[in-house]
Amino acid sequence: MIPLLKRILKTGIVTEPVPAGDARRDVERLQVEVLAILGRALTIREVDAGSCNGCELEIHALNNPYYNLEGRGIKFVASPRHADMLLVTGPVTKNMENALKIAYDCTPDPKLVVAVGDCGCGCGEVGALFGPNYATCGAVENVIPVDVRISGCPPTPLALMQGILQAIKPR
Amino acid sequence: MQFFNEPIEFTSQPGLGAPVWRGRAADGGELKDFAAAVHLAGGRLAALWGSDERQTTGGFRLHCVFGINAGHACVSLELPAEDPVYPDLAGRFPAAHRMERAAYDMLGIRQVGGPGGSDHRPWLRHGGWPADWFPLRHDSGEPADFSNEPTDYDFVKLGGEGAHEIPVGPIHAGIIEPGHFRFSVVGEKVLRLEQRLGYQHKGVERRLAGADFSTGAKLIGRISGDSTCAYAWAYAAAVEAACGVVPSPRALMLRALMLERERVANHLGDLGALGNDAAFAFGLTQFLRLKEDWLRLNAELFGHRFMMDRIVPGGVTHDLAPPALARIVEQCELYAREVKELRAIYDNHAGLQDRFMTLGPIDADLARELSLTGMAARATGILLDGRVYRQDYTPPPPYATLGVRPVTDERGDVAARVAVRFDEIFESLRLLRGMAVGMPAGEIMTAITPVAGGVGLGVIEGWRGEVLVGVQFDAAGKLARVHPHDPSWQCWPALEHAVMQDIVPDFPLINKSFNLSYSGADL
Repeated sequence: MIPLLKRILKTGIVTEPVPAGDARRDVERLQVEVLAILGRALTIREVDAGSCNGCELEIHALNNPYYNLEGRGIKFVASPRHADMLLVTGPVTKNMENALKIAYDCTPDPKLVVAVGDCGCGCGEVGALFGPNYATCGAVENVIPVDVRISGCPPTPLALMQGILQAIKPR
Repeated sequence: MQFFNEPIEFTSQPGLGAPVWRGRAADGGELKDFAAAVHLAGGRLAALWGSDERQTTGGFRLHCVFGINAGHACVSLELPAEDPVYPDLAGRFPAAHRMERAAYDMLGIRQVGGPGGSDHRPWLRHGGWPADWFPLRHDSGEPADFSNEPTDYDFVKLGGEGAHEIPVGPIHAGIIEPGHFRFSVVGEKVLRLEQRLGYQHKGVERRLAGADFSTGAKLIGRISGDSTCAYAWAYAAAVEAACGVVPSPRALMLRALMLERERVANHLGDLGALGNDAAFAFGLTQFLRLKEDWLRLNAELFGHRFMMDRIVPGGVTHDLAPPALARIVEQCELYAREVKELRAIYDNHAGLQDRFMTLGPIDADLARELSLTGMAARATGILLDGRVYRQDYTPPPPYATLGVRPVTDERGDVAARVAVRFDEIFESLRLLRGMAVGMPAGEIMTAITPVAGGVGLGVIEGWRGEVLVGVQFDAAGKLARVHPHDPSWQCWPALEHAVMQDIVPDFPLINKSFNLSYSGADL
């Protein structure tokens, strides 16, 4: 127990702002904005509809202590029925098309859909390489309506946070 | 040359890659006999796929890669166009079962005569395209307008009093790839798990057909994002073997540096997640912090957090200057201390060890029967690592000169897979320091001209296990057929076995201890 506590004390809170120019400072500002706009927890259901798992690695990183998304009241939930937002990676495979539609239908209104990654957005060189074919429908918007697109292969955690923020900003 | 006194004549693949031999079986009987000999010698089935050769030979071709002590033996078998059947290999190597079903879905070639002979359930085709339409046939065109109806899948049913089923997926509760798990349980106890995968099937092999080799590199880097360096290197090695190109020593060392950084990044993340799945959030926080700093240095040095598209046929795209190499040494020294400290906390945490120990066990006999490779196999005590010397096997450069120390653990449970990860991190950190200090001088890129009709097989020991990529060029120098093979093909059935002793709530922890790729095996 003592080494554990020592480790915690030694690590400190890495989420704190650091000198200008570092990406971590931008993260801090974004987190404040998310709370200012929403004033409550935002719940996200992540749906991998056909990714290479690269996007999932970065979505996972959102919960590391640097970005600390969950610590700021933005939660990933286990069911679309509990979600305000679907965070969908792609390209949407034919084998996941029906499951994605069902998840969308199960998400209560008003709902937001954020397409993640070049494949999910159908943009860039990689999005073109993974365009529609016999096994995929291509971009997420070809299957369900999309509000915001976060490009990148994979998008960085910072880009993901910016995209999530953009989706919840009042329009 | 020949192996095991079998008649198939083999020739050695030229170049610097992992040792590979190619041979042709005259008929199905020869293939079957060779498979039996490999099995008897303690070998394994590494991969199985088919290709459409009707434009050149008038038929189809089956490719089987066997892992033998000396390296990999790739055996091809010509199949007639009218009735493309081959003898079943799943009776000898159960790992072949799903690969055979996938080969049928993709190409319409079918096994006959095995115990799995009656199992013709589709594997990759769920209902998105017609059953009589095969995407990898060159004359298949586009499927006729076809509505994507979910199909029923004939799961094996268990009867008896109190037995019931728990269906899970394809969308899982966490941030994870899709797949379906069908548990047959009594109370909490898992009697049987049957997986249904294929949800990530993106038709990558068809996208690769006809592409030029640099486009192929982009696609291959996205077979399984967490293993992008392993895939990129295996593909590059296959293309280089096919085109007679030898990358420079510096390029090879930089590739190994990226591969080891990928291994450490994934092991760090897994160790954190394993702690978390046993309700030890401290572990997740600490290891994800380490992983994030690790990825940030990747971004600084290579311009990408996961080093995607940095390993390309011919070499690598990014060179590292001495200050960058010094940063790596410094980081490795820091991590060796920090991970050691965290390991002591994990090892001394009674609650954590209570969850890890004896959970999800597989033994070495089962691992051999399932042709298991990689970290999961080494956690049963099997010394199988493409980077490590063993009798009659010399690892490819640069590992031949790095002196990789093998890591094994005999227990075969979750605790063993945790221990192997810890030890592999320490070993990779040691290797990385050695590579950074001993980086050879020279160019990082060698020009490549595609060779018409060239073939190559690349094998790389990724963090999860053995990644294979088979490449075949056409007469115009474009990719005719590329088959990437993920170690998850062999590991998924091992997971089915591992959970049988345990209860449903332990499944996430057991699953995480394997951390298999869906996308890598669904293609």
